Amino acid sequence: MKILVCISHVPDTTSKINFVNGDTEFDTNGVQYVINPNDEFGLTRAIWFQEQQGANVTVVNVGGADAEATLRKALAIGANEAIRVNATPTDGFFVAKQLAEVAKSGGYDLIICGRESLDYNGGMVPGMLASLLDYNFVNSCTELTVDGSSAKAAREIDGGKETISAALPLVIGGQKGLVEEKDLRIPNMRGIMTARTKVLTVLEPVASNNNTKAVKFEKPAPKSAVKLFAADDLDGLVNALHNEAKVI
Amino acid sequence: MEQVPCTAESPAEGNAQKIKNIMSILIYAESADGKFKKVAFELASYAKTVADSLGTNVTAVTVNADNVSDLSKYGVSKVLKVSNDKLKNFNAKAYADVVKQAAQKESAKLILLSSTTDSLYLAPIVSIGLDAGFASNVVGLPVSTSPFQVKRNAFSNKAFNITEINTDVKVLSLAKNSYGLVENAASLAEEAFSPSLNDADFNVKVESVEKTTGKVTIADADIVVSGGRGLKGPENWHLLEDLAASLGAATACSKPVSDLGWRPHSEHVGQTGKPVAANLYVAVGISGAIQHIAGINSSKVKVVINTDADAPFFKVADYGIVGDALEILPRLTQKIKEFKAHNS
Repeated sequence: MKILVCISHVPDTTSKINFVNGDTEFDTNGVQYVINPNDEFGLTRAIWFQEQQGANVTVVNVGGADAEATLRKALAIGANEAIRVNATPTDGFFVAKQLAEVAKSGGYDLIICGRESLDYNGGMVPGMLASLLDYNFVNSCTELTVDGSSAKAAREIDGGKETISAALPLVIGGQKGLVEEKDLRIPNMRGIMTARTKVLTVLEPVASNNNTKAVKFEKPAPKSAVKLFAADDLDGLVNALHNEAKVI
Repeated sequence: MEQVPCTAESPAEGNAQKIKNIMSILIYAESADGKFKKVAFELASYAKTVADSLGTNVTAVTVNADNVSDLSKYGVSKVLKVSNDKLKNFNAKAYADVVKQAAQKESAKLILLSSTTDSLYLAPIVSIGLDAGFASNVVGLPVSTSPFQVKRNAFSNKAFNITEINTDVKVLSLAKNSYGLVENAASLAEEAFSPSLNDADFNVKVESVEKTTGKVTIADADIVVSGGRGLKGPENWHLLEDLAASLGAATACSKPVSDLGWRPHSEHVGQTGKPVAANLYVAVGISGAIQHIAGINSSKVKVVINTDADAPFFKVADYGIVGDALEILPRLTQKIKEFKAHNS
């Protein structure tokens, strides 16, 4: 089984979010980048398939040279090889289009994406990619097993879960549940050393339409200070929720 | 000239006229067990306002909904009603095909969806099917209609992003609770619609569905009451459940609580858990780690109850009480019950 894991290189959650150039660009200054958390659950599941079922795992990112550190981390965790499509992602469609090219030429059986990335929160790449490839697609995927050419998956739904079966090739939009948080791996020294010699291929992007573009960013208005009530003034709280906030 | 609230320059008169003529609007009004979800009415309300500003009407497509007349209260003037047993269980590809064919039938240029798990599954597939640019997480009326620009949540609610869509057909998904319900009665035309579905639409098979019944789900809830380690143990959870019951709220928990196994993972809210965009979020004994806040921050009003006055949650909350959750919860439940008794 050949698995492609799509990795977004995103600011760590604790990063300060600021913008530059007249609020048209994200300020990368001092920002720590990580593997997008939803992608990390998928990557760890892919490594499980590699160890248990002999799968070959390729990780791919659409991004600039700075994203290679994130790809090397994925290699250190255990991916067999990496691909970087050398482009600044302009929107979800652009990324899906690039990934579709990589997927087509690589003949992957299983393509694992994260349900959504931490930066733009678009949640659109997995579904667009599956549609461009005309592969089966399971979003919000929380469990995945593969037996031969068929997969069983669970999908989170509002208020429960669905059990799904689908033939490979399959694209998933994965999230927590594929593996648990405690199963996520920190690269060890041996992994880091081996990762240095693994193949990281850089591909040039294919042409894509600019369907959408981010023209500007804004930060929310600063929040007013919390209104505190004494522990014996619950009437005050109930009154505020009713008359002021009007939520009860 | 009618105009969507606009911070950019007004489009030229001729241009606006052109947009008015072409931009018909289709919404996918989501239902469960035949009944519309509240987000379907919110979406209709939003669509109606956009339609009025463009001088057009709102058409809705529904799948196995029993009674579609409620949509007209929120401004929908035409419904394409799909009834098909094959669509009993949600199936993204088949439903996307339904929405796509409805859009093509109506020559819709703007296709609007909600942000439920199912609709978020659908929207990207619809956008590829229609060669449409897609913006998700949209939080307000278009900033401008020419060029077409919308404001959306990004960076886990730490910023907004103005996105411009350049394609002729456009797909938007509206963030939950970002617009609200606006009644705006329209007269409704119903039309049975039978899109052609093919076998390939059902290649992804739903084998079984497990759904909790009789409980308010986190996704549908207007109010969410959430507990953290401050509740000291699963044996105290009934205190939180009592408060939730008094408010008609869903219960949720912080990540440490689900990691400790006090509560199931399905109740974990936060960045890697479920997102919450409620009217009221009550955090009890939750310190407010940045990952937790990222997941719940689009809730409108936030209340925190915590013994530690320096807990980070107090920085993002609207109302707070410094105190012991176990002592406060029963009294607060009692107060809410009294309040409800007087105000119902």
